[in-house]
Amino acid sequence: MTTLDVHAAPEPAPVAADSILFQPITASSSGFGSLWEVVRISFGSLLANKVRSLLTMLGVIIGVASVVSLLALGNGASASITGEIEAIGTNILTISAGSQNRGPGNATAAQNLTMDDAKAIEALQLPVIGVAPQLNSSAQIVAKSADKNAQIIGITPAFQVVNNLTMQQGSFISDEHLQGANTVIVLGATLAKDLFGNGQALGQTVRINNQTLRVVGVLTPQGGSAFGSEDDRAYIPITTAQKRLFNARTPDGNGYRVGSITLSAINASDLDALQSRVSMLLRERHHLKLDGSADDFNVINQAEILGTLNTITSMMTLFLAAVAGISLLVGGIGIMNIMLVSVTERTREIGLRKAVGARSHHILMQFVVEAAVLSMTGGMIGLMLGSIIPIVVTQLGVLDAPIDLQTVGVAIGFSLGVGLFFGIYPAQRAAKLNPIDALRHE
Amino acid sequence: MISLRDIHKTYQMGDVLVAALQGVSFSIDKGDFVAIMGPSGSGKSTVMNLIGCLDTPTSGEYVLDGVAVDQLSSNDLALVRGQKLGFIFQQYNLLPRQSALRNVEMPMIYRGVSGAERQRRALAALNLVGMGQRVDHRPNELSGGQQQRVAIARALAGSPSVILADEPTGALDSKTSIEIMELLRRLNREQGITVVLVTHEHDVAAYAARVLTMRDGQLIGDQRN
Repeated sequence: MTTLDVHAAPEPAPVAADSILFQPITASSSGFGSLWEVVRISFGSLLANKVRSLLTMLGVIIGVASVVSLLALGNGASASITGEIEAIGTNILTISAGSQNRGPGNATAAQNLTMDDAKAIEALQLPVIGVAPQLNSSAQIVAKSADKNAQIIGITPAFQVVNNLTMQQGSFISDEHLQGANTVIVLGATLAKDLFGNGQALGQTVRINNQTLRVVGVLTPQGGSAFGSEDDRAYIPITTAQKRLFNARTPDGNGYRVGSITLSAINASDLDALQSRVSMLLRERHHLKLDGSADDFNVINQAEILGTLNTITSMMTLFLAAVAGISLLVGGIGIMNIMLVSVTERTREIGLRKAVGARSHHILMQFVVEAAVLSMTGGMIGLMLGSIIPIVVTQLGVLDAPIDLQTVGVAIGFSLGVGLFFGIYPAQRAAKLNPIDALRHE
Repeated sequence: MISLRDIHKTYQMGDVLVAALQGVSFSIDKGDFVAIMGPSGSGKSTVMNLIGCLDTPTSGEYVLDGVAVDQLSSNDLALVRGQKLGFIFQQYNLLPRQSALRNVEMPMIYRGVSGAERQRRALAALNLVGMGQRVDHRPNELSGGQQQRVAIARALAGSPSVILADEPTGALDSKTSIEIMELLRRLNREQGITVVLVTHEHDVAAYAARVLTMRDGQLIGDQRN
């Protein structure tokens, strides 16, 4: 451009009434002085085609709205599941009987978690709130005027501490009950109501497997969890379950089986250490060699479950958002389509603008800005529409699904990205038009 | 002001090379009023596109207002067009949804002229062509002659070195044609603006001070009226 003296001194012009026309133009010929004007041109042409602009935006609106609402609902559901698990406690380790890979050879070894194992674990004096062995079985509970099939859980008093259970009426299973293998039972709130009606259960008797048990307590409603309602269960001393109801003597006849042993750690951070200490003890007690043979028990670490569930829910959220993202993509293609039509329609206008001095980047900018404005506006509207469902759901108390800043950023960022990506090609087509041909275009 | 030396222009049409211009040379002085005449296919439109910096010659030299423009890139040509040339088209080529004022301002946008100066210049140019009372009208509210006056104002507003008019009366009736040609002649005489126009009508060419005649890609006549 060195050969081009753009501000060559104007030729001396005849003085006329309209002499301003013959003064040198005070202009910076930089490309960006006119940027704002180019943006104005873009807005003008979008407003001139309101219906078309709106229809073009529709794809982006739907895309962004679904991305926003799915992200918010997904995050809300994820937080809710995490919350439930945390309510149960992230400090819980559950050891259950049976091996995950039972070969044909050790099928009998499946049921060999015993009361003595639980006592041995307790003897370790680990930093735990409690060690709670339990034996679950499902049985028919028969009351005077009703009967119901329910989970009967044989427990020790430690179970109440480990699981934060509170009493509505009466008391929980005591140490005396445990020692004496007494025929007493504590009912979940719903179960008590189903069998006896409201507030009538305490002191009544029920029959399970031809044993009569006295109701000594009713729990306060715990509410549902992801694993079914706790209020439908009944609790009895584990000794009663082992000796009187379900005959859980070990095959060698020297002890009693338990279904699982639950440890509640004082610090959740101790879980991994606890897990390896307990596993070591049990392998020793079960005479498993150090040659890598499989455990004949399972240890479930609540923190691990939480981690796994978090992974699953965030995967689900991402998956749903990706599906919604596809509609955003389709919206982007819609923008490209309309922009291409628009470029063809306005070929003469482009030719004229170039003929009178518009350079390629001016035209490029004009059409890119149009696409970006379309998609950004669509993104904003989509964000507002997409916020409605999460807000309503939150207001109704179904799920706490807040629209966070990250979601807003993703929505706006993606819609702008879509506009720029799909706007570039039509804009380049426009910028490359030859003014002579473009001016002749009909 | 304009100097063309031994300009050749060859187009490829399919397998055939078409020589649109075969060694055209002429100069146009500042303040002149020149008509380029010739039948269709004579190469007059090609000459006009070259002078208008919309196209570059295959060979030859073209100097416009002291700038050698024959080998500039398309973006630099656009810059030259914006700064040194004003265009008037047969079909006016006004933007349909914009007022006369906005239409006249439009080319200056691309030169980075401030809004206030653009408006002052556009109003002055519209006054000069007698459209000062209709600055807010849109093209569809104006007659053909009025639209062409707006187009002339658009060409004038940026203080071009040369105004190029391609069949400026081609879409107008004879009475309006006379008005437009009178206007161009007045601008040339009173304001000293250099005007180059292409036409195939002798009546129109008669307004010019000098007539260049083309045939088969060559200049065959150069007369002063």
